[in-house]
Amino acid sequence: MSDVCIVGIGIHKFGRTDGVSGVDQGVYAVRQALADAGVDWPQVQFAYGSSDAAGNPDTMVDRLGLTGVQFINVRNGCAAGGSALFSAQMAIKSGEFDLGLAVGFDKHPRGAFNALPSEYNLPDWYGEVGQMVTTQFFAAKIMRYMHMFGISQETLGRVAEKAFRNAVNAPHAWRRQPVSLAEILEAPLVSDPYTKYMFCSPAEGGVALLLASEKKARELGKPLVRLKAATMRTRPAHSFEVFAPSLDVVGNDSVPRGTASRIASADAFRLAGIGPQDISVAQLQDTEAGAEIMHMAENGFCADGEQEKWLAEGLTEIGGRLPVNTDGGCLACGEPIGASGLRQVYENVVQLRGDGGGRQVPGNPKTAYSHVYGAPGVSAVTILER
Amino acid sequence: MRAIAEGLFTDETSPRLVGGRDLATGRIVFPCPESEGYEPVPLSRDGTLWSYTVQRFRPKTPPYAGPEAFSPWIVAYVELPGETIVEARLVDVDFDDVTIGMPLRLAPTPLDPGAAEPVMIPAFAPAGGAA
Repeated sequence: MSDVCIVGIGIHKFGRTDGVSGVDQGVYAVRQALADAGVDWPQVQFAYGSSDAAGNPDTMVDRLGLTGVQFINVRNGCAAGGSALFSAQMAIKSGEFDLGLAVGFDKHPRGAFNALPSEYNLPDWYGEVGQMVTTQFFAAKIMRYMHMFGISQETLGRVAEKAFRNAVNAPHAWRRQPVSLAEILEAPLVSDPYTKYMFCSPAEGGVALLLASEKKARELGKPLVRLKAATMRTRPAHSFEVFAPSLDVVGNDSVPRGTASRIASADAFRLAGIGPQDISVAQLQDTEAGAEIMHMAENGFCADGEQEKWLAEGLTEIGGRLPVNTDGGCLACGEPIGASGLRQVYENVVQLRGDGGGRQVPGNPKTAYSHVYGAPGVSAVTILER
Repeated sequence: MRAIAEGLFTDETSPRLVGGRDLATGRIVFPCPESEGYEPVPLSRDGTLWSYTVQRFRPKTPPYAGPEAFSPWIVAYVELPGETIVEARLVDVDFDDVTIGMPLRLAPTPLDPGAAEPVMIPAFAPAGGAA
């Protein structure tokens, strides 16, 4: 079967853009992607759009043109963008279409996500005692992992330091000022072991990717960036997820539990026919610094515990063995849920085209990997090849 | 003892938490779901610390119903051997003295110690008294 290719990319700056709605940030990204591919909106045969909190994506046809295009809205928690991309590539793989769009945008209120127990089928007392707080879960998860595999708080700090440093050269990032390791580690704790620099914030932004069949991509004359795999998976039994008043006791708790990420990752590598050692650059979900650490292992790039050495030796720096989160990831870009997974793929296309400027991965990267994970145990992975 | 919710604790002098056993699979969860497929089971008072964090800021109200005045507390996941791992507060220990694996015992604690008739919430403390 011929490959699905990414022929156009567009992004609206992440962070805070007062006075510009989420939909309009999405429209901005779509127009940029169309111009990048050299196609006009009427040529687009279908679209999948994701937004969690900023309205229905299909309303953007008002701005883009009422061509009658097929437009399907996708909501799938933190995997929404990845799900839109998965669906778009399937539409082309099926042979039904040649050219289509995956678009995601969001605009969240300031501050931590505020959830109510009833929205998660939990009793009211769970919120009343103060346990309806996402940061508690992420902190307890890494605390257990640090205990099991000897990861230090300093290593968590190095992840955040790298994120802000990489973002300096990423025009679409939000927080683009370097922060020293000492400042990160000495900042107030939000939820132990995480200081305020080690969590990302809800934010705004929009990303659009134009996908085409290989035949169509050749007609457009674009360098072929092939989507070798796109997977979306849900959690296995016994996984530890957010807002869990209890979790299962397991027979051997000295090894990591199964996760949606492990399943999505293994399936993506199987589909692409390559392994973790073949990847040149990776964007891994880093809603907190420890997430990047755990996801390095869950996606097969290193063994549990090796991250301590990897970070100390700079192996995930832009010039390292496996550059990770080259645009600063969620820590520096913030997390507009509908757009976040697509941002990772945008960044990977930039890297494979060699357009990364000050953040370009050296040595002509040929393969790029992206991974999102979120509530309630969902994950989406893509592998691109040039 | 006035509990924050019905069905959370047993009605004993020294109460226990009430979990739910899935009648089909035997899996135990906490709290006991209001569903025909589960039967209430009293959970062990004794366990070990599986993981934890410190809540350093006052959670948003609603849903948080604790006092306006805030001081940080420990959120713990406590493994009750052979049963389940429950999320609850950890009390009577300095933050710096908490270690994963430490033995714990159920010790319900008031949500607002300053209230005239405080409601009690699930909590554990180091086994054998304060550390």
